[in-house]
Amino acid sequence: MIIAVASGKGGTGKTTVAVALSMASSEPVLYADCDVEEPNGSIFLRPEVTETEKVLVEVPRIDEGKCTSCGKCARFCQFNALVSLGSPPLVFPELCHSCGGCEIVCPTGAVSWKKVPIGEISLGTSDGGRISVLEGRLDVGSSLAPPVIRQVKSHIADGVLTIIDCPPGTSCPVIESLGGADYVLLVTEPTPFGLHDLKLAVETVRELGMPFSVVINRFDEGDSGVEDYCGDEKIHIIVRIPHKRFMAEVYSRGGNLFDAIPEMREIFSEIPRIIEKGVEVK
Amino acid sequence: MKEIVVISGKGGTGKTSITGCFAALAENAVLADCDVDAADLHMLLAPEVIKTTDFISGNEAIIRKDDCTGCGICMARCRFNAIETTPEGKYRVDLYGCEGCMVCVEVCPVKAIDFSPNHCGEWYYSHTRFGPMVHARLGIAQENSGKLVSTVRREAAAKAEELKKDLLIVDGPPGIGCPVIASITGASLLVVVTEPTISGKHDMKRVLELAKHFSIPALVVVNKWDINPEMSTEIEEEAVLGGAEPAGRIPYDRVFTDAQINRRTLVEETTGTVVENVTAIWEKVCRKLK
Repeated sequence: MIIAVASGKGGTGKTTVAVALSMASSEPVLYADCDVEEPNGSIFLRPEVTETEKVLVEVPRIDEGKCTSCGKCARFCQFNALVSLGSPPLVFPELCHSCGGCEIVCPTGAVSWKKVPIGEISLGTSDGGRISVLEGRLDVGSSLAPPVIRQVKSHIADGVLTIIDCPPGTSCPVIESLGGADYVLLVTEPTPFGLHDLKLAVETVRELGMPFSVVINRFDEGDSGVEDYCGDEKIHIIVRIPHKRFMAEVYSRGGNLFDAIPEMREIFSEIPRIIEKGVEVK
Repeated sequence: MKEIVVISGKGGTGKTSITGCFAALAENAVLADCDVDAADLHMLLAPEVIKTTDFISGNEAIIRKDDCTGCGICMARCRFNAIETTPEGKYRVDLYGCEGCMVCVEVCPVKAIDFSPNHCGEWYYSHTRFGPMVHARLGIAQENSGKLVSTVRREAAAKAEELKKDLLIVDGPPGIGCPVIASITGASLLVVVTEPTISGKHDMKRVLELAKHFSIPALVVVNKWDINPEMSTEIEEEAVLGGAEPAGRIPYDRVFTDAQINRRTLVEETTGTVVENVTAIWEKVCRKLK
């Protein structure tokens, strides 16, 4: 079963929840950090990294000997990654989506491909080997998170409980991270910002037709807006995590949820079973 | 005109609360919310929308099933695995996977694929009690957040020009990827809001590398500093090493949540240490801009 942990708003506790789920399980589990712009899971899981690989994307290389400066490639490119001013085109690799269109439309076969790095994947283990830790990390200055996320997800195998730590928001990196998951946990906090962004996240998972429930972090601080909304929308609240300033202090030093609130471990260990009972798994 | 962008790397550090304070403290500014997939600034500033504009960007491919011959060339050529088979042995485009590259449209031998402009969201020009504001809403599960961010910034800058405003204050998105890059390129100054946690420090370092990559000066604000005073000091040292300048600290305070609940900025909600700290940070931002 693959459980994705997501939220509209950043900083609500996605990583805290995803790490806690991984730690509370007694079975082998794969934690996959798809928040590739700012991956933080390793801070808490402290894996021994056993393997790393580069994420490479293909960008066009123009053979100026063959190029007739016809400009078809630049006109075709939907991402403005090629610019031709009556000359062989200039390539802007950071805008390229590697779709292959320029090669297809080039009449003289002047387009070939070169690989450029945009990020790194690391694989490791934690908790004596029980938790496999997979992390994607976008290189600073690169803009395209989705190819890094796709490569993270290519390492996910069937049959192992997998926890996906998603990026914040509702746009392409989130959609890429949610793909293939059996269930989504939406982490929020009981504040007006938390509620506003939760609604966007709920619209997103409903649009994708994915089963989900809500985790309320710091549930005893703030207002009743999130509880009221979930009640009205008949959204199940699967767990409420109390607010403790002590929790913030433990977290600041890289401690996990159970270091601060040990009694939450049993509750979290039950979550995959509760989900499995309520959802038909592919 | 000068432009400051408030970013953080890590989400939830207090970007929007602090941007709201800057909006209240600034005298002649235009405001912009570039966190287009989870925009929250409007909740503090209660904008009255004057004009709504559709945001059309890119195109989406749609296979006309009556014309599809089921040859499968589109599927073979799509690099995004966005083409699926249908029960009738034909093909359809998964619009969530489609990046709008037009390759399938080009390779289809019977021209059975339409490529229509994609309505990705809308953007607004509004009035607030602190001045004009440009903000947006990206459609659910849409692409092109970077282009919408660029649209918001461009329109906000045009308004500033038209209304003779000398400052643009931008609430940025979390992360370091495409929408963040679109939010900061060409800005005068970045205000990086972080928190004294290992994650906050890790994420701030990456944001400062990004600032350096684009040669934009940066100030660092440590919010909730008293959660871990030693870490706050480490972060400020790290900021200096990363080429940025510490701009001040703000203590952990429930008033951040109360202000949100009351739909006010912190400077309207309260007085005391938090407001004194934020005001001092704002003065530092202004000095830095000169």
